Amino acid sequence: MSLDPATIRRIAKLARLRLTDAEIPRLQGELNAILGYVEQLAAVDVTGVEPLSGGAQMALRLRDDVVTDGAMPERILANAPDRIDNFFAVPKVVE
Amino acid sequence: MNPLDWTIAEALDALAARRISAVELTEAHLSAISALNPRLNAFITETPELARAQAQEADAARAAGAAPKLSGIPLAIKDLFCTEGVRTTAGSKILDPFIPPYDSTVTAQLKAAGAITLGKANLDEFAMGSSNITSAYGQVENPWQRADGKPLAPGGSSGGSAAAVAARIAMGATGTDTGGSIRQPAAFTGIAGIKPTYGRCSRFGIVAFASSLDQAGPMARSTEDCAILLDAMSGFDPRDSTSAERAVPDFRAACARGVKGLRIGIPAEYRVDGMDPTIEKLWQAGIEWLQSAGATIVDISLPHTKFGLPVYYIVAPAEASSNLARYDGVRFGARVDGEDLIDLYERTRAAGFGAEVKRRIMIGTYVLSAGYYDAYYLRAQKIRALILHDFHTAFAQTTGVDAILTPTAPSAAFALGEKMDDPVTMYLNDVFTVPASLAGVPAMSIPAGLDQNGLPLGLQVIGRHFDEETVFAVAGALEAAAGFSALPALRGSALR
Repeated sequence: MSLDPATIRRIAKLARLRLTDAEIPRLQGELNAILGYVEQLAAVDVTGVEPLSGGAQMALRLRDDVVTDGAMPERILANAPDRIDNFFAVPKVVE
Repeated sequence: MNPLDWTIAEALDALAARRISAVELTEAHLSAISALNPRLNAFITETPELARAQAQEADAARAAGAAPKLSGIPLAIKDLFCTEGVRTTAGSKILDPFIPPYDSTVTAQLKAAGAITLGKANLDEFAMGSSNITSAYGQVENPWQRADGKPLAPGGSSGGSAAAVAARIAMGATGTDTGGSIRQPAAFTGIAGIKPTYGRCSRFGIVAFASSLDQAGPMARSTEDCAILLDAMSGFDPRDSTSAERAVPDFRAACARGVKGLRIGIPAEYRVDGMDPTIEKLWQAGIEWLQSAGATIVDISLPHTKFGLPVYYIVAPAEASSNLARYDGVRFGARVDGEDLIDLYERTRAAGFGAEVKRRIMIGTYVLSAGYYDAYYLRAQKIRALILHDFHTAFAQTTGVDAILTPTAPSAAFALGEKMDDPVTMYLNDVFTVPASLAGVPAMSIPAGLDQNGLPLGLQVIGRHFDEETVFAVAGALEAAAGFSALPALRGSALR
């Protein structure tokens, strides 16, 4: 399995990364090297094996459905690149 | 003895006996940082004013008879831990302007324990790397030197933390370990570092890389110092959904427990082809040290070891691509304006992320994308289950071993610039550390010897889930037998 330039562009689009034309061949080479390296996993027999998604040796906890935090708009907006009143501001989405 | 050479245990005794004040100890470290950091680049952000204020508080607390456990101990904090009011970059340009409005649980606990914050330590960008060269804030130089004089990598991703502790410009440091990021730099710089069991330290407020693997841990110059720091860093936190609801045992007491009667496993699969003979010899020495101290050595098999790295290089980028989706130039961090919202996202992320981060986001996005999820991500998760099963079998209660001994890394520190061209070659650094990360078991590196170039080498002790005590006991025995006393060329205590 080898990634072509069109696939590289499609992945970049999904990942919301703007790539220059010059970056495509380099990334193509590197990603194909990594995919070539992980190819060995295809040889492992995984019949009947349940996937392991996490490192925790426990079930996730539930907590009471109550508000434990909030009412701190200034702290939350302090790092915003742009704001209008108590909102994050972005370029116009709807004309 | 120069106070900069003290262990944390020695410094706590000296502070308690009023042989030194927290202000004096902190000033000594701040001067050493001023002298050495321009060369080492171990700190991205220095916080001398904060350190001085904390040191005065520590002296006042001690005078009032209310000094907490780590009162007056100057530490470096990996710049992946959010620190209230102190810039936190994760080694990335995209977080260059980010000043957290809150503290991570680990740093809050360290502050409450009276530790002094010297500054924020350099790291690979978003902790993605084994060399510290992917930092947007410049590479870190390893304080150790070899004969050819080429500057060496400190390892990574906790390379700034490791370099600061080895160079005696911090007494200890926080690190994080996703696939070896505490243990490999500890080995490269001749210090100790432990990745505790997944869930032992809260991940709340640590910039996320791969959430099912990320674990915080201490780096210091002795086993006991790591135990002292881990005690302050760990414990249940309701704000981390995978935090373990378990009592924190007396790690420090475990360091001197000895290994009499323990069964130590030596996994055949860690004897890789082309292994450096010096490292093989050191591993053998470690086996003999533990045997002499009363342990039984058992040959074991961890049959899926060789699949650890390829599993890791699917799972970690997959989680990273998801976690790093939050950097969109809208809520915090750097922004590059665009013609519309999508354009803003794409330009912001293109400008803000470095090459290694982009590479991992791309791989992660691909292995999670429709049509490839089952073949890559799901398959990797199944093999991850097999790797965990290997450890469960090895550690089985009645027939199994109590701990496993391996080398930490396949080589000593390499020169900055070496191994840099090919990502897969760089990934091989983590071959011995990744399996324990995938299984979530605790693992520690301790300095055990020098290679033919006079560079430090580490041995790794892997334990059962939540049995850091046995890991500390084995590490303590190895430390006592190894008698590692070599010093790096660049260090605060050698300044004139």
